[in-house]
Amino acid sequence: MNDTPAIELKGISKAFGPVQANKDISIRVMPGTIHGIIGENGAGKSTLMSILYGFYKADAGEIWVNGSHKDITDSQAAISAGIGMVFQHFKLVQNFTVLENIILGAEDGPMLRPSLARARGVLKQLAEEYELSVDPDELVENLSVGHQQRVEILKALYRQADILILDEPTGVLTPAEADHLFRILDHLRAEGKTVILITHKLREIMEITDTVSVMRRGEMTATVKTAETSPEQLAELMVGRKVLLRVDKTPAQPGEVLLDVQNLRHVDDAGVERLKGVSLQLRAGEVLGIAGVAGNGQSELLEVLGGYADASGAVTMKGVSLPLSGAGADGSARRKAGIGHVPEDRQEEGLIMPYTAWENTVFGYHRDPHYQSGMLMNNARIKEEAQDKMTRYDVRPPNPNLAARNFSGGNQQKIVLAREIERDPDVLLIGQPTRGVDIGAIEFIHQEIIRLRDKGKAILLVSVELDEIFSLSDRIAVMFDGQIMGERMPGETDQTELGLLMAGVTERPEGKLIDAVDASLKEKEAREARQHD
Amino acid sequence: MDYATLLQVLDSTVRLATPLLLACLAGLFSERAGIVDIGLEGKMLAAAFFSAAIAAITGSVWLGLLAGIAAALVMSGIHGLASITFRGNQLISGVAINFLASGITVLIAQDWFSQGGRTPSLMGGGRFESITLPFAEALRGVPIIGPLYYELISGHSILVYVAFLMVPLTWWILFRTRFGLRLRAVGEAPEAVDTAGVSVVGLRFAAIAICGLLTGLAGAYLATGLQAGFVREMTAGRGYIALAALIFAKWRPWYALYACLLFGLLQAVALRYQNIDLGGFIIPVQVMDALPYILTVVILAGFVGKAIPPRAGGEPYVKER
Repeated sequence: MNDTPAIELKGISKAFGPVQANKDISIRVMPGTIHGIIGENGAGKSTLMSILYGFYKADAGEIWVNGSHKDITDSQAAISAGIGMVFQHFKLVQNFTVLENIILGAEDGPMLRPSLARARGVLKQLAEEYELSVDPDELVENLSVGHQQRVEILKALYRQADILILDEPTGVLTPAEADHLFRILDHLRAEGKTVILITHKLREIMEITDTVSVMRRGEMTATVKTAETSPEQLAELMVGRKVLLRVDKTPAQPGEVLLDVQNLRHVDDAGVERLKGVSLQLRAGEVLGIAGVAGNGQSELLEVLGGYADASGAVTMKGVSLPLSGAGADGSARRKAGIGHVPEDRQEEGLIMPYTAWENTVFGYHRDPHYQSGMLMNNARIKEEAQDKMTRYDVRPPNPNLAARNFSGGNQQKIVLAREIERDPDVLLIGQPTRGVDIGAIEFIHQEIIRLRDKGKAILLVSVELDEIFSLSDRIAVMFDGQIMGERMPGETDQTELGLLMAGVTERPEGKLIDAVDASLKEKEAREARQHD
Repeated sequence: MDYATLLQVLDSTVRLATPLLLACLAGLFSERAGIVDIGLEGKMLAAAFFSAAIAAITGSVWLGLLAGIAAALVMSGIHGLASITFRGNQLISGVAINFLASGITVLIAQDWFSQGGRTPSLMGGGRFESITLPFAEALRGVPIIGPLYYELISGHSILVYVAFLMVPLTWWILFRTRFGLRLRAVGEAPEAVDTAGVSVVGLRFAAIAICGLLTGLAGAYLATGLQAGFVREMTAGRGYIALAALIFAKWRPWYALYACLLFGLLQAVALRYQNIDLGGFIIPVQVMDALPYILTVVILAGFVGKAIPPRAGGEPYVKER
């Protein structure tokens, strides 16, 4: 086997102002392997890869590619060194065709026609070689997310990349699409390409990588052979202490129906119907998990139930009907009705980032007489209670005078949770509770959710992380294209079945799973395109 | 209305549409690259003044044209520096350019010529002469086609023909060349261009340079072709009408031609007929003047299809992961 590393980084450091994103990082990636880089959000994985791709310039350190020292000052230099990158947020021109996106920046000459013709040929070849088929003449905006990602991979291969970096590639994919992606990566490895996979999902690391490097707070803490490690060990390396990967919980004791949702419909500003008749019942003392790939109506469901999007249909809370539009359909009325809400996007909807933590701990409840003193706010009381909440929810640093934006993602989430849970709501809506949250905080947040359930509260959990849905839910409903495709009990289903439901496939197909999934997703795109016109 | 009058109105339409078309295509290049340019008006005005001034001083319209283009390029450079290099607000920078041009042209004109902020009237070689196309005289007698060729197609200044030829040329550049592909990409998704290893800043400066060149032609045509000399505020809102035409045209070259011809026709009719009497009901001339803007609002309100601007328009490009 070849001993020269495909990529060798020596002593890479990078600071953004006072934040040291990468500290003296050295790593060797061997050719023809899949090398995983795992770490919590903000551990510096993406920064490191952006340096390798010439997007940022390192303050110190050297990059060696295939045994020779390279000065990678911009993306062009990275491309000519044979490095391709698939970003988490795709870098595609939406209203260009696939073919145009592929050749952009890699044209053969000043005229387009010959470049397009050649690219068409190459694309066909690559599609057969790596199971990467996409329609070259389709506009990117009409492609499903999975296919857009294929275009990104094709872009890199068209530029003859030997080293492919993928940054959190499965975050937006259905499980079947993710499996297909891993098959593509397998093919690439078999062809001698080197793949660097950045992820925060332990399962993916264990499934596909040969070697894994762990990052924590800007430092590389370990590089180990995947075969010789375990998820528990990796989690410990990521966090720096032992973590509980499984949530301890007893079987649910569901009580009466608290929230009853019937035939909910919602049309967004662009005229597209996002909720197409959603019905569900939420009982006291249970966690109902809503699984689904982002963008299938889960966000709209939360917005409607939380009171800041209009809808038609019927929602009753403990038998009392709630207005779905006009007066009384707002967040404050919902909170009065006993529905707390931890929004999906805490930075946009959950917190006001420049405001202090103590101010953020009362938003939505600030009109409560408890917080008033005459005509003014009783700031002293709010601060005092904020301090107490922050201590009990282990917000670090426990300083109520800091602005919300100065806390890490996990601690911001704890502030929102503290605010909503402490008001003792009967129903709690939670969207993406652990998105961008470090493993240590995930453990805490999960325990809080279960504790609330055990107090007899009803919890509606929306998450795109299937693992999270499995470990917390007492009942799982799968959303696809604005509808509930089905409900399952966590003990009686598996990732594959849920994955198919998430792509709108209700019956296990006879042929290849990915074909059925692709067909279903394509139909969905076509439906949406029709509504747009 | 007889045939001769119709031809005259259409002839006047072509002349009036020319500066609109040049400015509109200028805006098209700029906005397709993601730089909103509300300063078309100012660039045209600066170009009009400097072309007339230099033509008046040297007696050569060609030197005047060069001076006009140079002035517009300098204005473009300022806009680029503010909005591309320093990532400032493109609207504010554009408005500043309009004010700058409005003030500086009159100031310099007064300083140089002392004629109340205008240039001396241009004569002879100081103006663009109309070109008589081959066989125009010979075919003049042929019914219908003869006068059409003689009046409408022949007998314009060179810049008119340049403007109309710019339409297919622009289309070809945008949709058939590598530069065009990249230019359109940088207005839609600059991050895609950047990660493909192409310079976003370079492309955007190229786009606004073309914008400067075309507004230079537009301004020079106003002062040395359409009229004989510069008077203050002579662009009279044409830069804004060109922007309106650009939206009307949904940022496409051929549609830009039709939009500018339509707006040119409105101007020609307004110029010739002042108040139009429709069987006792009088349409005041102001209605015709306002029509381009009203039409644009109608378009923007989404009554006639959707006008989707380039997605990255107006946003300075900042690298992020």
